[in-house]
Amino acid sequence: MDRAILHCDLNSFYASVEELYHPETRGLPIAVGGDVDKRHGIILARNQLAKKFGVQTAETIWQAKLKCPNLILYPPNYERYMLFSKRTREIFHCYTDLIEPFGIDEAWLDVTHSSIYGSGEKIADTIRNRISNELGVTASIGVSFNKVFAKLGSDLRKPNFTTIINKENMAEMVWPLKVENLLYVGKATQRKLNTLGIYTIGDLAHSEPKVLKRLLGKIGEMLWMFANGKDESPVSKYDATEIIKSIGNSVTCYRDLNSDKDLNVVMWVLAESVASRLRDQGLKAKGVAISLRDNELNCFSRQCVVANPINTASELMLNARKLYKDNYFWQKPLRSIGLKSFQLVDSKAATQLSLFTNQQEIDKEYRLEVAMDDIRGRYGFNSVKRASMLLDPALSDFNPKGDHIIFPENFLK
Amino acid sequence: MKQFVDVVCIYTKTGQIRPLYIVWEDGIKYPIDKITQIIPAAALYSGGMGMRYTCKIGNQQRYLFLEEGKWFVEKSNMPYY
Ligand SMILES: [Mg+2]
Repeated sequence: MDRAILHCDLNSFYASVEELYHPETRGLPIAVGGDVDKRHGIILARNQLAKKFGVQTAETIWQAKLKCPNLILYPPNYERYMLFSKRTREIFHCYTDLIEPFGIDEAWLDVTHSSIYGSGEKIADTIRNRISNELGVTASIGVSFNKVFAKLGSDLRKPNFTTIINKENMAEMVWPLKVENLLYVGKATQRKLNTLGIYTIGDLAHSEPKVLKRLLGKIGEMLWMFANGKDESPVSKYDATEIIKSIGNSVTCYRDLNSDKDLNVVMWVLAESVASRLRDQGLKAKGVAISLRDNELNCFSRQCVVANPINTASELMLNARKLYKDNYFWQKPLRSIGLKSFQLVDSKAATQLSLFTNQQEIDKEYRLEVAMDDIRGRYGFNSVKRASMLLDPALSDFNPKGDHIIFPENFLK
Repeated sequence: MKQFVDVVCIYTKTGQIRPLYIVWEDGIKYPIDKITQIIPAAALYSGGMGMRYTCKIGNQQRYLFLEEGKWFVEKSNMPYY
Protein backbone atom coordinates (compact mmCIF):
# COMPACT_ATOMS: atom_id res chain seq x y z
CA MET A 1 0.00 0.00 0.00
CA ASP A 2 1.26 3.49 -0.78
CA ARG A 3 1.92 5.74 2.16
CA ALA A 4 -0.14 8.86 2.74
CA ILE A 5 2.28 11.67 3.56
CA LEU A 6 1.20 15.27 4.06
CA HIS A 7 3.49 18.27 3.94
CA CYS A 8 1.87 21.27 5.53
CA ASP A 9 3.27 24.75 4.95
CA LEU A 10 1.79 27.86 6.58
CA ASN A 11 1.54 30.55 3.91
CA SER A 12 3.57 33.77 4.38
CA PHE A 13 3.55 32.70 8.00
CA TYR A 14 4.90 35.70 9.91
CA ALA A 15 3.05 38.14 7.68
CA SER A 16 -0.23 36.24 8.02
CA VAL A 17 -0.02 36.32 11.80
CA GLU A 18 0.67 40.07 11.76
CA GLU A 19 -2.18 40.54 9.31
CA LEU A 20 -4.53 38.78 11.72
CA TYR A 21 -3.39 40.91 14.66
CA HIS A 22 -3.58 44.20 12.76
CA PRO A 23 -7.06 44.28 11.21
CA GLU A 24 -6.66 48.03 10.65
CA THR A 25 -4.05 47.37 7.95
CA ARG A 26 -5.83 44.49 6.26
CA GLY A 27 -6.12 44.96 2.54
CA LEU A 28 -2.80 46.82 2.52
CA PRO A 29 0.66 45.54 1.60
CA ILE A 30 2.45 44.50 4.77
CA ALA A 31 5.70 42.78 5.60
CA VAL A 32 7.63 41.59 8.62
CA GLY A 33 11.17 42.91 8.71
CA GLY A 34 14.10 42.14 10.94
CA ASP A 35 15.60 45.29 12.41
CA VAL A 36 12.90 47.49 10.94
CA ASP A 37 14.49 50.79 11.95
CA LYS A 38 17.84 49.95 10.46
CA ARG A 39 18.55 50.36 6.79
CA HIS A 40 20.11 46.94 6.39
CA GLY A 41 17.08 45.09 7.75
CA ILE A 42 15.61 42.44 5.48
CA ILE A 43 12.11 41.29 4.66
CA LEU A 44 11.35 38.09 6.56
CA ALA A 45 7.85 37.62 5.15
CA ARG A 46 5.30 39.59 3.15
CA ASN A 47 1.62 39.21 2.43
CA GLN A 48 0.04 38.51 -0.95
CA LEU A 49 -0.52 42.21 -1.70
CA ALA A 50 3.10 43.10 -1.03
CA LYS A 51 4.06 40.19 -3.25
CA LYS A 52 2.05 41.74 -6.08
CA PHE A 53 4.26 44.82 -5.76
CA GLY A 54 7.25 42.55 -6.26
CA VAL A 55 8.39 42.58 -2.65
CA GLN A 56 10.62 39.55 -2.09
CA THR A 57 11.51 37.64 1.02
CA ALA A 58 15.15 38.20 2.06
CA GLU A 59 15.60 41.45 0.14
CA THR A 60 16.51 44.56 2.09
CA ILE A 61 13.83 46.84 3.44
CA TRP A 62 15.04 49.78 1.37
CA GLN A 63 14.82 47.70 -1.82
CA ALA A 64 11.29 46.67 -0.89
CA LYS A 65 10.32 50.28 -0.16
CA LEU A 66 11.49 51.29 -3.64
CA LYS A 67 8.98 48.88 -5.18
CA CYS A 68 6.26 49.55 -2.66
CA PRO A 69 6.61 52.92 -0.90
CA ASN A 70 3.47 52.35 1.18
CA LEU A 71 4.65 49.03 2.52
CA ILE A 72 3.69 48.65 6.17
CA LEU A 73 6.39 46.99 8.24
CA TYR A 74 6.04 45.12 11.48
CA PRO A 75 8.88 43.83 13.63
CA PRO A 76 8.93 40.07 14.19
CA ASN A 77 7.09 38.69 17.19
CA TYR A 78 8.69 35.29 17.66
CA GLU A 79 6.84 34.35 20.81
CA ARG A 80 3.55 34.70 19.00
CA TYR A 81 4.81 32.74 15.97
CA MET A 82 5.93 29.94 18.27
CA LEU A 83 2.47 29.87 19.82
CA PHE A 84 0.84 29.55 16.39
CA SER A 85 3.32 26.86 15.46
CA LYS A 86 2.44 24.97 18.63
CA ARG A 87 -1.31 25.29 18.01
CA THR A 88 -0.83 23.98 14.48
CA ARG A 89 0.96 20.92 15.81
CA GLU A 90 -1.87 20.38 18.29
CA ILE A 91 -4.23 20.22 15.32
CA PHE A 92 -1.91 17.75 13.53
CA HIS A 93 -1.89 15.60 16.65
CA CYS A 94 -5.62 14.97 16.31
CA TYR A 95 -4.89 12.91 13.18
CA THR A 96 -1.49 11.29 13.71
CA ASP A 97 1.43 11.17 16.10
CA LEU A 98 3.90 10.85 13.23
CA ILE A 99 4.78 14.50 12.83
CA GLU A 100 8.13 15.84 11.74
CA PRO A 101 8.43 19.62 11.99
CA PHE A 102 10.67 21.34 9.46
CA GLY A 103 11.33 24.82 10.71
CA ILE A 104 8.67 26.81 12.47
CA ASP A 105 6.00 26.75 9.77
CA GLU A 106 6.35 23.41 7.97
CA ALA A 107 5.83 19.79 8.94
CA TRP A 108 5.46 16.35 7.45
CA LEU A 109 2.67 14.10 8.69
CA ASP A 110 2.29 10.40 8.02
CA VAL A 111 -1.46 9.67 7.97
CA THR A 112 -1.21 6.23 6.34
CA HIS A 113 -2.82 4.64 9.38
CA SER A 114 -5.30 7.42 10.09
CA SER A 115 -7.98 6.21 7.69
CA ILE A 116 -10.74 6.56 10.29
CA TYR A 117 -10.45 10.30 9.54
CA GLY A 118 -10.63 9.70 5.79
CA SER A 119 -8.14 9.68 2.94
CA GLY A 120 -4.97 11.75 2.90
CA GLU A 121 -6.76 14.35 0.82
CA LYS A 122 -9.72 14.48 3.20
CA ILE A 123 -7.45 14.89 6.23
CA ALA A 124 -5.47 17.60 4.43
CA ASP A 125 -8.68 19.52 3.71
CA THR A 126 -9.85 19.13 7.30
CA ILE A 127 -6.54 20.40 8.63
CA ARG A 128 -6.60 23.38 6.26
CA ASN A 129 -10.10 24.30 7.36
CA ARG A 130 -9.24 24.02 11.00
CA ILE A 131 -6.10 26.14 10.63
CA SER A 132 -8.05 28.84 8.86
CA ASN A 133 -11.02 28.81 11.27
CA GLU A 134 -9.19 28.30 14.52
CA LEU A 135 -5.99 30.19 13.89
CA GLY A 136 -6.96 32.75 11.25
CA VAL A 137 -4.03 31.92 8.96
CA THR A 138 -3.80 29.62 5.94
CA ALA A 139 -1.80 26.57 4.97
CA SER A 140 -0.99 24.78 1.75
CA ILE A 141 -0.75 21.03 1.93
CA GLY A 142 0.86 18.55 -0.42
CA VAL A 143 -0.36 14.97 -0.28
CA SER A 144 1.78 12.21 -1.75
CA PHE A 145 3.28 8.78 -1.23
CA ASN A 146 6.65 10.18 -0.18
CA LYS A 147 8.02 13.16 1.69
CA VAL A 148 9.82 14.78 -1.21
CA PHE A 149 6.73 14.95 -3.45
CA ALA A 150 4.53 16.00 -0.54
CA LYS A 151 6.82 18.99 -0.04
CA LEU A 152 6.76 19.79 -3.74
CA GLY A 153 2.97 19.62 -3.65
CA SER A 154 2.65 22.13 -0.83
CA ASP A 155 4.72 24.56 -2.92
CA LEU A 156 2.74 24.19 -6.12
CA ARG A 157 -0.47 25.99 -5.26
CA LYS A 158 -0.91 28.50 -2.48
CA PRO A 159 -2.37 30.00 -0.39
CA ASN A 160 -4.83 27.54 1.10
CA PHE A 161 -4.73 24.61 -1.34
CA THR A 162 -4.46 20.86 -1.15
CA THR A 163 -2.35 19.39 -3.96
CA ILE A 164 -2.28 15.67 -4.62
CA ILE A 165 0.69 14.00 -6.26
CA ASN A 166 0.28 10.26 -6.79
CA LYS A 167 1.93 7.64 -8.97
CA GLU A 168 -0.61 8.26 -11.74
CA ASN A 169 -0.12 12.01 -12.07
CA MET A 170 3.53 12.43 -11.02
CA ALA A 171 4.89 12.46 -14.57
CA GLU A 172 2.56 15.29 -15.44
CA MET A 173 2.73 17.21 -12.12
CA VAL A 174 6.35 16.82 -11.05
CA TRP A 175 8.53 16.11 -14.05
CA PRO A 176 7.99 19.41 -15.92
CA LEU A 177 9.11 21.39 -12.84
CA LYS A 178 12.53 22.99 -12.76
CA VAL A 179 15.10 20.81 -11.04
CA GLU A 180 15.86 23.43 -8.37
CA ASN A 181 12.38 22.89 -6.94
CA LEU A 182 13.50 19.52 -5.65
CA LEU A 183 14.54 19.24 -2.01
CA TYR A 184 18.36 19.42 -1.67
CA VAL A 185 18.97 21.00 -5.05
CA GLY A 186 20.63 24.26 -4.09
CA LYS A 187 22.27 26.75 -6.41
CA ALA A 188 25.55 24.85 -6.63
CA THR A 189 23.88 21.53 -7.43
CA GLN A 190 21.55 23.19 -9.91
CA ARG A 191 24.52 24.65 -11.80
CA LYS A 192 26.19 21.25 -11.94
CA LEU A 193 23.04 19.52 -13.16
CA ASN A 194 22.49 22.22 -15.79
CA THR A 195 25.94 21.52 -17.22
CA LEU A 196 24.70 17.98 -17.97
CA GLY A 197 21.64 19.40 -19.70
CA ILE A 198 19.41 18.52 -16.75
CA TYR A 199 16.94 21.35 -16.29
CA THR A 200 13.74 19.68 -15.12
CA ILE A 201 12.97 17.06 -12.52
CA GLY A 202 11.95 14.84 -15.44
CA ASP A 203 15.41 15.28 -17.00
CA LEU A 204 16.85 14.18 -13.68
CA ALA A 205 14.52 11.20 -13.42
CA HIS A 206 15.52 10.01 -16.88
CA SER A 207 19.25 10.49 -16.49
CA GLU A 208 21.75 7.78 -15.67
CA PRO A 209 22.25 7.35 -11.89
CA LYS A 210 25.91 6.42 -12.42
CA VAL A 211 26.56 9.71 -14.19
CA LEU A 212 24.88 11.61 -11.37
CA LYS A 213 26.97 9.80 -8.81
CA ARG A 214 30.13 10.71 -10.64
CA LEU A 215 29.04 14.36 -10.76
CA LEU A 216 27.62 14.80 -7.28
CA GLY A 217 28.67 11.81 -5.21
CA LYS A 218 26.22 9.94 -3.04
CA ILE A 219 23.70 12.75 -3.14
CA GLY A 220 23.50 12.32 -6.94
CA GLU A 221 21.93 8.89 -6.60
CA MET A 222 19.67 10.17 -3.87
CA LEU A 223 18.38 12.97 -6.11
CA TRP A 224 17.72 10.47 -8.89
CA MET A 225 15.67 8.39 -6.44
CA PHE A 226 13.77 11.50 -5.34
CA ALA A 227 12.98 12.50 -8.92
CA ASN A 228 11.56 9.04 -9.58
CA GLY A 229 9.39 9.07 -6.47
CA LYS A 230 11.55 6.46 -4.76
CA ASP A 231 12.07 8.40 -1.55
CA GLU A 232 11.44 5.94 1.26
CA SER A 233 12.54 8.12 4.16
CA PRO A 234 10.12 7.90 7.07
CA VAL A 235 8.37 10.75 8.80
CA SER A 236 10.26 10.73 12.05
CA LYS A 237 8.29 11.25 15.17
CA TYR A 238 9.49 14.36 16.87
CA ASP A 239 10.06 14.86 20.53
CA ALA A 240 7.69 17.63 21.53
CA THR A 241 10.13 18.89 24.12
CA GLU A 242 12.87 19.63 21.65
CA ILE A 243 11.83 21.71 18.74
CA ILE A 244 15.37 22.68 18.06
CA LYS A 245 15.70 25.89 16.26
CA SER A 246 19.21 26.40 15.15
CA ILE A 247 21.08 28.34 12.54
CA GLY A 248 24.19 26.71 11.28
CA ASN A 249 26.39 26.10 8.32
CA SER A 250 28.97 23.65 7.20
CA VAL A 251 31.40 23.23 4.37
CA THR A 252 33.53 20.51 2.89
CA CYS A 253 36.85 22.08 1.99
CA TYR A 254 38.64 21.75 -1.30
CA ARG A 255 41.71 20.44 0.47
CA ASP A 256 42.46 18.93 3.87
CA LEU A 257 43.03 21.30 6.75
CA ASN A 258 46.20 20.71 8.72
CA SER A 259 46.45 23.39 11.37
CA ASP A 260 44.58 25.80 13.59
CA LYS A 261 45.57 28.47 11.11
CA ASP A 262 43.71 26.68 8.28
CA LEU A 263 40.76 26.02 10.51
CA ASN A 264 40.57 29.67 11.55
CA VAL A 265 40.26 30.79 7.95
CA VAL A 266 37.31 28.52 7.26
CA MET A 267 35.67 29.04 10.63
CA TRP A 268 35.68 32.82 10.15
CA VAL A 269 33.68 32.46 6.95
CA LEU A 270 31.19 30.20 8.68
CA ALA A 271 31.00 32.47 11.73
CA GLU A 272 30.29 35.48 9.55
CA SER A 273 27.53 33.70 7.67
CA VAL A 274 25.90 32.32 10.82
CA ALA A 275 26.10 35.68 12.60
CA SER A 276 24.71 37.47 9.61
CA ARG A 277 21.77 35.08 9.39
CA LEU A 278 21.10 35.43 13.11
CA ARG A 279 20.95 39.21 12.69
CA ASP A 280 18.75 38.91 9.60
CA GLN A 281 16.23 36.98 11.67
CA GLY A 282 16.48 39.31 14.66
CA LEU A 283 17.84 36.50 16.83
CA LYS A 284 20.69 35.83 19.22
CA ALA A 285 22.09 32.46 20.26
CA LYS A 286 22.97 31.08 23.65
CA GLY A 287 24.60 27.94 22.32
CA VAL A 288 27.50 27.39 19.94
CA ALA A 289 28.42 24.01 18.47
CA ILE A 290 31.19 22.93 16.14
CA SER A 291 31.38 19.74 14.16
CA LEU A 292 34.56 18.54 12.54
CA ARG A 293 35.04 15.63 10.19
CA ASP A 294 38.50 14.32 9.44
CA ASN A 295 39.73 12.93 6.14
CA GLU A 296 38.69 9.42 7.20
CA LEU A 297 35.16 10.66 7.81
CA ASN A 298 35.29 10.39 11.60
CA CYS A 299 33.01 12.98 13.15
CA PHE A 300 33.62 15.02 16.21
CA SER A 301 31.43 17.66 17.75
CA ARG A 302 31.46 19.85 20.81
CA GLN A 303 29.14 22.51 22.08
CA CYS A 304 29.00 25.16 24.74
CA VAL A 305 26.47 27.55 26.18
CA VAL A 306 27.25 31.19 26.84
CA ALA A 307 25.85 33.39 29.58
CA ASN A 308 24.83 36.23 27.30
CA PRO A 309 23.18 35.54 23.94
CA ILE A 310 25.37 36.51 21.00
CA ASN A 311 24.97 37.45 17.34
CA THR A 312 28.35 38.64 16.11
CA ALA A 313 30.89 36.62 14.17
CA SER A 314 33.67 37.55 16.56
CA GLU A 315 31.79 36.18 19.57
CA LEU A 316 30.85 33.01 17.69
CA MET A 317 34.47 32.68 16.65
CA LEU A 318 35.70 33.16 20.20
CA ASN A 319 33.59 30.26 21.38
CA ALA A 320 34.20 28.05 18.37
CA ARG A 321 37.94 28.54 18.65
CA LYS A 322 37.93 27.65 22.31
CA LEU A 323 35.95 24.51 21.51
CA TYR A 324 38.46 23.22 18.99
CA LYS A 325 41.59 24.40 20.77
CA ASP A 326 40.52 22.57 23.91
CA ASN A 327 39.26 19.47 22.19
CA TYR A 328 40.95 18.80 18.88
CA PHE A 329 44.64 17.98 18.65
CA TRP A 330 45.14 17.32 14.95
CA GLN A 331 45.33 13.56 15.12
CA LYS A 332 44.18 13.67 11.52
CA PRO A 333 43.70 16.40 8.94
CA LEU A 334 40.17 17.80 8.69
CA ARG A 335 37.88 17.75 5.69
CA SER A 336 34.52 19.19 6.74
CA ILE A 337 33.76 21.94 9.21
CA GLY A 338 30.43 22.94 10.67
CA LEU A 339 29.33 25.72 12.98
CA LYS A 340 25.90 25.91 14.54
CA SER A 341 24.17 28.34 16.85
CA PHE A 342 21.27 27.14 18.96
CA GLN A 343 19.03 28.09 21.90
CA LEU A 344 17.91 31.08 19.91
CA VAL A 345 16.28 34.05 21.57
CA ASP A 346 14.80 37.30 20.37
CA SER A 347 17.65 39.76 19.95
CA LYS A 348 15.59 42.47 21.62
CA ALA A 349 15.36 40.43 24.82
CA ALA A 350 17.25 42.18 27.57
CA THR A 351 20.84 41.09 28.00
CA GLN A 352 22.31 40.74 31.43
CA LEU A 353 25.30 43.04 31.59
CA SER A 354 28.22 41.16 32.95
CA LEU A 355 31.23 42.21 34.94
CA PHE A 356 33.45 40.20 32.65
CA THR A 357 32.31 41.23 29.21
CA ASN A 358 33.02 44.51 27.58
CA GLN A 359 29.69 45.55 26.15
CA GLN A 360 31.16 48.53 24.30
CA GLU A 361 33.56 46.24 22.51
CA ILE A 362 30.68 43.95 21.50
CA ASP A 363 28.53 46.85 20.33
CA LYS A 364 31.40 48.15 18.25
CA GLU A 365 31.92 44.73 16.68
CA TYR A 366 28.19 44.50 16.05
CA ARG A 367 28.15 47.82 14.20
CA LEU A 368 31.16 46.79 12.18
CA GLU A 369 29.55 43.53 11.10
CA VAL A 370 26.25 45.19 10.30
CA ALA A 371 28.15 47.63 8.09
CA MET A 372 29.78 44.65 6.36
CA ASP A 373 26.35 43.03 5.85
CA ASP A 374 25.21 46.25 4.27
CA ILE A 375 28.15 46.47 1.88
CA ARG A 376 27.81 42.80 0.94
CA GLY A 377 24.08 43.24 0.42
CA ARG A 378 24.81 45.91 -2.17
CA TYR A 379 28.06 44.89 -3.79
CA GLY A 380 28.27 41.13 -3.27
CA PHE A 381 29.76 38.82 -0.70
CA ASN A 382 33.35 39.28 -1.85
CA SER A 383 33.30 43.07 -1.78
CA VAL A 384 34.62 43.18 1.78
CA LYS A 385 36.61 40.53 3.66
CA ARG A 386 38.57 39.99 6.80
CA ALA A 387 42.31 40.12 6.21
CA SER A 388 42.65 36.62 7.71
CA MET A 389 40.74 35.22 4.75
CA LEU A 390 43.56 36.27 2.46
CA LEU A 391 45.85 33.82 4.26
CA ASP A 392 44.37 31.23 1.94
CA PRO A 393 41.97 32.88 -0.51
CA ALA A 394 40.97 29.55 -2.07
CA LEU A 395 40.06 28.09 1.29
CA SER A 396 37.80 30.98 2.20
CA ASP A 397 36.34 31.36 -1.26
CA PHE A 398 32.81 30.20 -0.65
CA ASN A 399 29.66 32.08 0.17
CA PRO A 400 27.90 29.92 2.70
CA LYS A 401 25.11 32.41 3.10
CA GLY A 402 24.23 32.44 -0.57
CA ASP A 403 24.69 28.75 -1.27
CA HIS A 404 23.03 27.61 1.87
CA ILE A 405 20.76 24.60 1.60
CA ILE A 406 18.70 23.51 4.55
CA PHE A 407 19.14 19.82 5.21
CA PRO A 408 16.41 18.19 7.23
CA GLU A 409 18.56 16.26 9.63
CA ASN A 410 17.30 12.73 9.31
CA PHE A 411 17.67 12.56 5.53
CA LEU A 412 21.40 12.20 5.48
CA LYS A 413 21.90 10.13 8.60
CA MET B 1 -11.16 47.40 18.09
CA LYS B 2 -9.90 44.78 20.46
CA GLN B 3 -11.84 45.45 23.65
CA PHE B 4 -10.27 43.71 26.63
CA VAL B 5 -12.65 43.24 29.54
CA ASP B 6 -12.73 41.98 33.10
CA VAL B 7 -14.68 38.76 33.46
CA VAL B 8 -16.04 36.99 36.53
CA CYS B 9 -15.68 33.23 36.08
CA ILE B 10 -16.18 29.88 37.71
CA TYR B 11 -13.38 27.36 37.45
CA THR B 12 -15.28 24.09 37.60
CA LYS B 13 -13.97 21.04 39.39
CA THR B 14 -13.58 19.36 36.01
CA GLY B 15 -11.16 22.05 34.92
CA GLN B 16 -13.45 24.13 32.73
CA ILE B 17 -13.70 27.88 32.80
CA ARG B 18 -17.22 29.27 32.70
CA PRO B 19 -17.57 33.06 32.36
CA LEU B 20 -20.50 34.47 34.40
CA TYR B 21 -20.31 38.25 34.04
CA ILE B 22 -18.59 40.64 31.70
CA VAL B 23 -17.54 43.80 33.54
CA TRP B 24 -17.56 46.78 31.19
CA GLU B 25 -15.22 49.78 31.53
CA ASP B 26 -17.87 51.79 33.40
CA GLY B 27 -18.14 49.04 35.99
CA ILE B 28 -21.50 47.73 34.82
CA LYS B 29 -21.77 43.97 35.02
CA TYR B 30 -23.42 42.18 32.14
CA PRO B 31 -24.60 38.71 33.16
CA ILE B 32 -24.03 35.97 30.59
CA ASP B 33 -27.34 34.18 30.35
CA LYS B 34 -26.21 31.31 28.23
CA ILE B 35 -23.11 29.98 26.50
CA THR B 36 -24.11 28.26 23.29
CA GLN B 37 -20.70 27.22 21.94
CA ILE B 38 -17.06 27.00 23.03
CA ILE B 39 -14.54 26.42 20.25
CA PRO B 40 -11.01 27.50 19.35
CA ALA B 41 -11.35 30.27 16.77
CA ALA B 42 -9.67 33.21 15.12
CA ALA B 43 -11.04 36.66 15.93
CA LEU B 44 -10.88 38.17 12.48
CA TYR B 45 -12.49 41.50 13.36
CA SER B 46 -10.59 42.28 16.54
CA GLY B 47 -7.39 40.58 15.48
CA GLY B 48 -6.53 37.61 17.64
CA MET B 49 -6.93 33.91 18.28
CA GLY B 50 -8.10 31.89 21.24
CA MET B 51 -10.98 30.01 22.80
CA ARG B 52 -14.23 31.54 21.60
CA TYR B 53 -17.32 31.55 23.85
CA THR B 54 -20.57 32.38 22.09
CA CYS B 55 -22.56 34.21 24.78
CA LYS B 56 -26.19 35.24 25.08
CA ILE B 57 -26.46 38.49 27.00
CA GLY B 58 -30.15 39.44 27.24
CA ASN B 59 -31.32 38.98 23.69
CA GLN B 60 -27.97 39.88 22.18
CA GLN B 61 -25.25 37.51 21.08
CA ARG B 62 -21.55 38.31 21.56
CA TYR B 63 -18.29 36.48 21.02
CA LEU B 64 -16.12 36.44 24.10
CA PHE B 65 -12.51 35.32 23.51
CA LEU B 66 -10.00 33.97 25.96
CA GLU B 67 -6.58 34.61 24.49
CA GLU B 68 -3.40 33.83 26.41
CA GLY B 69 -5.13 34.41 29.75
CA LYS B 70 -6.94 37.61 28.76
CA TRP B 71 -10.56 38.13 27.76
CA PHE B 72 -11.83 40.35 24.97
CA VAL B 73 -15.13 40.86 23.16
CA GLU B 74 -15.59 41.38 19.45
CA LYS B 75 -17.21 44.75 18.86
CA SER B 76 -20.46 44.59 17.03
CA ASN B 77 -19.84 46.85 14.03
CA MET B 78 -16.86 45.69 12.11
CA PRO B 79 -15.40 48.41 9.94
CA TYR B 80 -12.62 46.34 8.49
CA TYR B 81 -14.49 43.67 6.64
MG1 LIG C 1 5.68 28.86 4.81
